[in-house]
Amino acid sequence: MKRRDFLKTTGLMAGASVLPMLKHLPASAAGRDDTIVVVLANGPNSMDIHRKGTNRPSYAIAVNLYDRLVSFGTKTLANGTSMYNYQDIVPELAESWELAADGMSMTFAIRKDATFHDGTPVTAEDVKWSFDRAVSVGGFPTVQMKAGALEKTEQFSVVDSHTFKIDFITKSKLTLPDVGVPVPIIINSTAAKKEATADDPWATEYLHRNPLGGGAFKLERWDPGQQVVYSRFEDWKSGPLPGVERVIVREVPSASTRRALLEKGDADISLDLPAKDFRELADGGEVSVQGAPIENSMTALGLNMNFEPFQNKLVRKAVAHAIPYKEIFEAAAFERGVPMWGGESLTPKDISWPQPYPYDTDYDKAKDLLAEAGYKDGFEVPLSFNLGLADWAEPAALLVQEGLGKVGIKSTLDKIPGANWRTKALVEKSLPLHFKNFGGWLNYPDYYFFWVYQHGHLFNSMNYKNDEVEELVNNTLLLPIEDPAYEPNVKRMLEIAFDEVPLIPLYQPFLDVATQKNVTGYEYWFHRQLDARSLGKGTV
Amino acid sequence: MAVAEHPDSAGESAAAAWWRHFRYVVSENPVTLFAFILFAMFVVMAVFGPWIVPYDPLASDTANALQPPTWAHWFGTDNLGRDVFSRVVVATRLDFLIAFSAVALSFVIGSVLGCLSGYYGGWTDRVVGRSIDTIMAFPLFVLAMGIVAALGNTVENIVYATAIINLPFYTRVARAEVNVRRNAGFVDAAKLAGNSDTRLLVFHLYPNILPPMMVQISLNLGWAILNAAGLSFIGLGVRPPAPEWGIMVAEGATFIVSGEWWLALFPGAALMLAVFCFNLLGDGLRDLIDPQRRT
Amino acid sequence: MSRFAMIGRRLAQAIPSIIGIIVVTFLLTRALPGDPAVYFAGPAADEKSIAEIRAALGLDKSLFEQFWLYLGDLARGDLGVSISTGRPVLEELATRLPASLELTLVALIFAIGTALPLGILAATRPNSWVDHLCRVVVTAGVSLPVFFTGLFFVYTFYFLLDVVPSPLGRLDIFYIAPDHMTGFYLIDSLIAGDLDTFGASFAQIVLPAITMGVFVLAPLARMTRASMLQALGSDYIRTAQASGLSRSKVLFSYAFRNALLPILTTLGMVFSFMLGANVLVEKVFAWPGIGSYAVNALVVSDFAAVQGFVLSMAILFVLVNLAIDVLYTIVDPRVGIEG
Repeated sequence: MKRRDFLKTTGLMAGASVLPMLKHLPASAAGRDDTIVVVLANGPNSMDIHRKGTNRPSYAIAVNLYDRLVSFGTKTLANGTSMYNYQDIVPELAESWELAADGMSMTFAIRKDATFHDGTPVTAEDVKWSFDRAVSVGGFPTVQMKAGALEKTEQFSVVDSHTFKIDFITKSKLTLPDVGVPVPIIINSTAAKKEATADDPWATEYLHRNPLGGGAFKLERWDPGQQVVYSRFEDWKSGPLPGVERVIVREVPSASTRRALLEKGDADISLDLPAKDFRELADGGEVSVQGAPIENSMTALGLNMNFEPFQNKLVRKAVAHAIPYKEIFEAAAFERGVPMWGGESLTPKDISWPQPYPYDTDYDKAKDLLAEAGYKDGFEVPLSFNLGLADWAEPAALLVQEGLGKVGIKSTLDKIPGANWRTKALVEKSLPLHFKNFGGWLNYPDYYFFWVYQHGHLFNSMNYKNDEVEELVNNTLLLPIEDPAYEPNVKRMLEIAFDEVPLIPLYQPFLDVATQKNVTGYEYWFHRQLDARSLGKGTV
Repeated sequence: MAVAEHPDSAGESAAAAWWRHFRYVVSENPVTLFAFILFAMFVVMAVFGPWIVPYDPLASDTANALQPPTWAHWFGTDNLGRDVFSRVVVATRLDFLIAFSAVALSFVIGSVLGCLSGYYGGWTDRVVGRSIDTIMAFPLFVLAMGIVAALGNTVENIVYATAIINLPFYTRVARAEVNVRRNAGFVDAAKLAGNSDTRLLVFHLYPNILPPMMVQISLNLGWAILNAAGLSFIGLGVRPPAPEWGIMVAEGATFIVSGEWWLALFPGAALMLAVFCFNLLGDGLRDLIDPQRRT
Repeated sequence: MSRFAMIGRRLAQAIPSIIGIIVVTFLLTRALPGDPAVYFAGPAADEKSIAEIRAALGLDKSLFEQFWLYLGDLARGDLGVSISTGRPVLEELATRLPASLELTLVALIFAIGTALPLGILAATRPNSWVDHLCRVVVTAGVSLPVFFTGLFFVYTFYFLLDVVPSPLGRLDIFYIAPDHMTGFYLIDSLIAGDLDTFGASFAQIVLPAITMGVFVLAPLARMTRASMLQALGSDYIRTAQASGLSRSKVLFSYAFRNALLPILTTLGMVFSFMLGANVLVEKVFAWPGIGSYAVNALVVSDFAAVQGFVLSMAILFVLVNLAIDVLYTIVDPRVGIEG
């Protein structure tokens, strides 16, 4: 299976420590025990998660090359996949933390032996500078910080060189988890300040290309558009040292090529394959496929309240009954997911989330509902989806089109390129019928409702407004889950969502990853990027 | 004195003479005959397609998705269970539509522009020439991509984009040919006979420049289909579920590695045959109309 | 007229086209759907931050003002910053252009090396089965979409037969690019005396180059055949044959040299065509060239990148045509230098 014999016979034998002076290294790349080769569709476009316009794959840089104060523990799913445990917050840069007696501030004790990649010791000054930066740069990072009620630089203070304090504006169960998401990275402020200018006080120009972190890996090279290579930071103190010496992340735009590379053993890990390939690889048994349901996320259809027929609840329910759920699950998701249809009743039994909505494919019922609503002859509606997600969205759209056609609703497919999708779907909120796939980082149903069901919020592409939901969400976000009012509030939110159905869930998608059998330690994380710190290579 | 009739053509009508010439050309070049037969077959498929196929090209059947070719489904089924054979046959219509409209549009507009600029010269020539150079300086495919991305991927826009990028050739050829003949004897004679410029252009010059362009038309037809296929590959082609060879190949291409070769092979073969046919047809037409320019 | 004067005149003639291209590209990119400000603002951004970014990018100004600013930037050699990659467009082009050029040139060499002999062969045996076979073969090559051929090659030669390395781009993972001299890995590695890297670069470029080359065999072969036929039918060839010169001398010293002119024209056309066809091949083979860059930029409405790409392609096209014209005068001194 391993080729590259010409490499073996002509290569030099040298240790990885001599790397910069070598022209090439011997043996097949993916076979080396201390290196992992990852292939994905798109690579990072910046080393700085705080920068405007940074894409999702760049979050992997924040995770691997930078530390945060805290992180999340691990748990194992029934199917053997490891994933992060959002209920278990573990130390990373902070050794310990303490909630004040009045519950309005938290103090973090920073590890004394931690250093950045250049050897400078990490101090609370660095933490403050970094947190200040996160809430000041605007854009996505600031919004994400705000979700955990981290908004003003006044909240952050240095108690002493290794003690950092956050004062709360309001008490929120989301604050501590928000400190563990990729955004609040700890940057080497001494080095960064040297690169700052009057116009650029946060050194964004420099940090865009040069990470100044203290994470488990350091940057070896970055060829934008081609590859990123990280190598292990031997003096990392915030956790157990990574099991691999180097991680090479290679950008390969064609999915077929990624699959071919994996199957031939030239790649160790492949992300971003179509669901079909994951299923086939899983069935094939040659490589290991690990899938975890993406938390707090559903692939769904959004029905826009600004589109007249959808203003009638009966029409929305009719649509919910006219969708061929099972066929979509098979042909678009290839069963790599959890079904979200066929719930038992309009009243939720518990607050597990996501959970199936009480709708099933029933074309007769749909027709009756349409007739009752006064749309006996149906109507026309464009069905929009993001071109970038065409892998699953196109087959799903075709099936929805067929299903709706059976009850008299004529839909035309509208493929919208990625750049335009955000504008039309989320900013203008002008798409009558469209696919949605929002996934919240903080795994609480009220967090999902905050983003998706509250009027005017970014991911409420349905223009849905319900006063009761507004009040419920606002109250519930602040409640800890142990609070007696928490569960009834969430149940009521779900009840309204079930009945009003401006959003029709289809399934909860898996995040799949395919790896060679000797790759160990893969964990699913909510940010959906590869956390390389836990990876290792065992013997098959 | 009466003009002596050529003994061989005594009693032969123009049509019969043409037919004789045709048979001669075809016998010289059997590949041309093959191309004509293929073309006829495609035309039949385009016109009668939807009525002669066994399955509805749009009907999905996910239980039978991704079946290899069998007697029930000659070309197998795709990822939604649709019959590939039906889709390939019905796609002929859309592809031919795109190709013929685009080429017709660019031929008509291009040759008229070229005629005018070749005949009148001066500013007309300069303006047209510079515009054409501007179009030609764009990498053709990128220009098509840009136009479709800007205007939206409907069939009309694909046709317009393809027409625009093919425009320069017709303009240049028309201009060159008219330029050469502008001062020819028959033109002077027509002018002296009192023909207006317009009549001159339409009835005397234009028909004379048609032969060299006929060949390029058939080559362009093939290129137009390939262009649409390329656009589909990057996601700017026709909208699903419309069956079109290019988009079927582009989507089927991702299934090759997992072993479902039939999704891409059959539309790819149809595409290749059609383009092949147009190319060879071009040669045949050239032999028929203008034998001196054979390549 | 001296050659330099001719070159100068040609360049001057090209200027109106370039101006036209700048205007058309500018308008075209502004017509693209998608709002770069939204894209730039990132996920979860709200109205306020989007408005801030729009102002920062200068997108809230009138179209005319934006065009004026763009021209000013161009004059300073500033092609803007690419939204999607965050690097200056000029830098991106400088790194990616050599990749595409190298691919195009190798493909061209392959195409010439295959098409010219085929064309000459067909010309020496007109209307024989060899002639027809040549025509069928090259026409078949041009009848398939280039991405289909590419994927088919990847499947056959990499996946099934294992004769080429993985299609991961210009160089395999464990090789480090040779020191930058020309930007062409093949040449740079030879300059550095590094045969291993040369071998590795060559192994990576073979398949994409052949894929592209196959597509342009037809026009080259057919033009060669046609102009060779014409040359072979002329009087001076008959004289040469009557004088008893050897067949190969007649063919190559006399006929071929005279047939070169139309072949050169076709070469020019073919080359500029390939610059565009790059886009599809680069996607299949993960080749980090300007084609794939342009497609990505287009899909995310990255104005600066698209404008920079088209402008550089247009200038390249002008230069290539100029080079062809100069080659004309070298090959055939009779060729007038008049426009």
